Amino acid sequence: MEYFLQQLINGVTLGAIFGLIAIGYTMVYGILGMVNFAHGDVFMIGGFVAVITFLILGVLGLTWVPFALLCMLLIAMVFTGVHGWAVERIGYRALRNSNRLAPLISAIGMSIFLQNYVQLLQGARNKAIPPMISGGVELMTSPTGFTVKFGYMQMVIIAVTTVLMVGFSLLIARTSMGRQQRACEQDMRMARLLGVDVDRTISLTFIMGAALAAVAGMIWLLYYGIIDFYVGFLAGIKAFTAAVLGGIGSLPGAMLGGLLIGLIEVFWSAYFSVEYKDVAAFAILVLVLIFRPTGLLGQPDIEKV
Amino acid sequence: MTGHAGPSLKENLKDAGAMALASAALALPLVGFLTVDRAQTIVLEYRFGELLYAVAVIFVGRLLLLLANQGHSPAVLVATGAFSVLWAANAFLGIVAITWPALGWLTWIVFSVIALRAWFFMYQAGRRVKQDASDVAERAGTVIYRLGKYLGPALAAFALVMPLMPFADQRMVDLGILVLTYIMLGWGLNVVVGLAGLLDLGYVAFYAVGAYSYAIISLNWGLNFWETLPLAGAMAATFGILLGFPVLRLRGDYLAIVTLGFGEMIRLILLNWDELTNGPKGMGGIARPSFFGMPFTAAPPEGVTAVHQFFGLNFAPIHRVIWLYYIILAMALLTNWFTLRIRQLPIGRAWEALREDEIACRALGINPTNTKLTAFAIGAMFGGFAGSFFATRQGFISPESFNFLESAIILAVVVLGGMGSQIGVVVASVVLIGGPEWFRDLEAYRMVAFGALMVAIMVWRPQGLLAHREPTIHLRGRQPAPAVAARAPAR
Repeated sequence: MEYFLQQLINGVTLGAIFGLIAIGYTMVYGILGMVNFAHGDVFMIGGFVAVITFLILGVLGLTWVPFALLCMLLIAMVFTGVHGWAVERIGYRALRNSNRLAPLISAIGMSIFLQNYVQLLQGARNKAIPPMISGGVELMTSPTGFTVKFGYMQMVIIAVTTVLMVGFSLLIARTSMGRQQRACEQDMRMARLLGVDVDRTISLTFIMGAALAAVAGMIWLLYYGIIDFYVGFLAGIKAFTAAVLGGIGSLPGAMLGGLLIGLIEVFWSAYFSVEYKDVAAFAILVLVLIFRPTGLLGQPDIEKV
Repeated sequence: MTGHAGPSLKENLKDAGAMALASAALALPLVGFLTVDRAQTIVLEYRFGELLYAVAVIFVGRLLLLLANQGHSPAVLVATGAFSVLWAANAFLGIVAITWPALGWLTWIVFSVIALRAWFFMYQAGRRVKQDASDVAERAGTVIYRLGKYLGPALAAFALVMPLMPFADQRMVDLGILVLTYIMLGWGLNVVVGLAGLLDLGYVAFYAVGAYSYAIISLNWGLNFWETLPLAGAMAATFGILLGFPVLRLRGDYLAIVTLGFGEMIRLILLNWDELTNGPKGMGGIARPSFFGMPFTAAPPEGVTAVHQFFGLNFAPIHRVIWLYYIILAMALLTNWFTLRIRQLPIGRAWEALREDEIACRALGINPTNTKLTAFAIGAMFGGFAGSFFATRQGFISPESFNFLESAIILAVVVLGGMGSQIGVVVASVVLIGGPEWFRDLEAYRMVAFGALMVAIMVWRPQGLLAHREPTIHLRGRQPAPAVAARAPAR
């Protein structure tokens, strides 16, 4: 029971990270119908910007933890958002009305480019930072001496993610910008006829997705204390799996899917084998697509002649 | 510049400034700061000089491009062309020391591209009929397609005599083997992606299955290359069917992601199934192919004739390389021949029909699942053959050779060449694989350039470099006139 509870806490923490990345995939898929393959690498760039910000703050002597975290968060979101914008502007905009394969290939190229660009500029070795938030609350101890620990870091992660997701859902549901975004998602041509600036809306979608991915990247850095240029590939694939699992195109679906993938991965590692945890995530993806191609919360896609 | 009706200098400066600002924001964290590991900790180093330089180049480049667009092409051409020539001359002669070689080359590339662009504007202005860059590529594609009848055999003939040429040293032949392996993989994947229109991002899985089947069979049962080859191909095809059966009813992107997941799963299983695959350490000591039973060794065991003794030559390691070269050449040509022939059969036509319109195919009574499954299995089989060859050539395989990047490269070869175009695969392999291999010294920049090239080619020409989609069959007695025939209702 205690062991289970501990895994649950760990799983929810990991799921929060995947959920944040998955939102970017699902929004872009919803509006453009393409898999933004480079999104995982945008997440990685978010982590790197956070490392660099952390080091700059260290040089400037601003090390009060809450302030430093806020700075890292904002700076990572801004600069990664610019990357998200540039990826769309350079790689995808010209291909918007092209055949379905072209944007995907362009996205794969973009992903390869970003990975190697970061490797070239920052070196192939992983970057480690000292833990910024340590300690935690001990919830209970089993008779065998296993202690369930809810780290302060995990609390911060879950709190930040919850706040961001609620705020983001409100942004999409209530504001004019969110309305425009949803309008483009439903019918881009009609939205344009009604005066929505489609290019601007799509750019904003990419910026928002990248900003959320940047938060995920920073959290990843804080949680694992380490980041390298290759981390985006696997995390990106898993987050995409989460988006598909939840039903691609659906925001609550992405969050739910992220949570589930995090839980599946952690429980699989805890009860079966650590080596095959990635296989488990992919196997789930395949099973979901075979038995419920629209995902858990997705709308069925009607095929028109 | 006031004489022109176009935007004023102020507007141009504003535009270029905005672009410079955006690129500065992009480059500031990753280019401006360098994280360096130093004794258990990381410290920052600063690269603001490089950053400012890069931004300045982008500003000037954007300005020049705008000016070229607005009818100042000759001036821009002279300026950028002169700079490119002078810079290249300086780089080779070394008159003035270059502080940042990478940035210098980047500047050179930017200015050369602008010079080309300016030249193209001038060329365009001199013609009455307006053309843009993609029309030129379209025409090149058509010309190469027409030449295909002669180009194909000519390339094959060149490939046949290449190892015997005086310039062919071991490095050259090795490179030839590498390029041919990718050509074969590209042709194999072309069946799946180009003909059947199924996007497969996990093709490397079948390559891996072929390689590992070969290694396991030859190490455990001691079969030779030619005996194992069909078994490995059959194994890969079986995997293709096993994977394809459940997932082929998915469409487009979903299929792509599932195949990607499958590719990663295979790699992870190979990595972790220690008893069978020896895990991350890989499998070594895989049998090398022999020349009709004769080994390529300097000192063969008693009673065995080595190849060099049989031909009365001095022993040289290149003999084996040349033999490997001919094996892969034969296998690649076989793949090509098979593909060209099967396109004429009902099944091949069904693939192409399915690519164009699945619903229409179903209405005509084609079973989409079975048709896709055959394409998948045949593509997988060729992947398996190529994998066997890879294993026997290397003599050592490990899961790291079969990562996603490999799949992406093979797919890039197919898509960049122009889907469905056999000659396009050859051109793309030579450009993408052969080109970077020559610049091995620039290892660090290789993959960056590779990714950028993929994006650039897609943005410039989404159909691929040499795309030329034309029905394989025509109504009897009608000569194909490309543009018209492509639109004629095929019945």
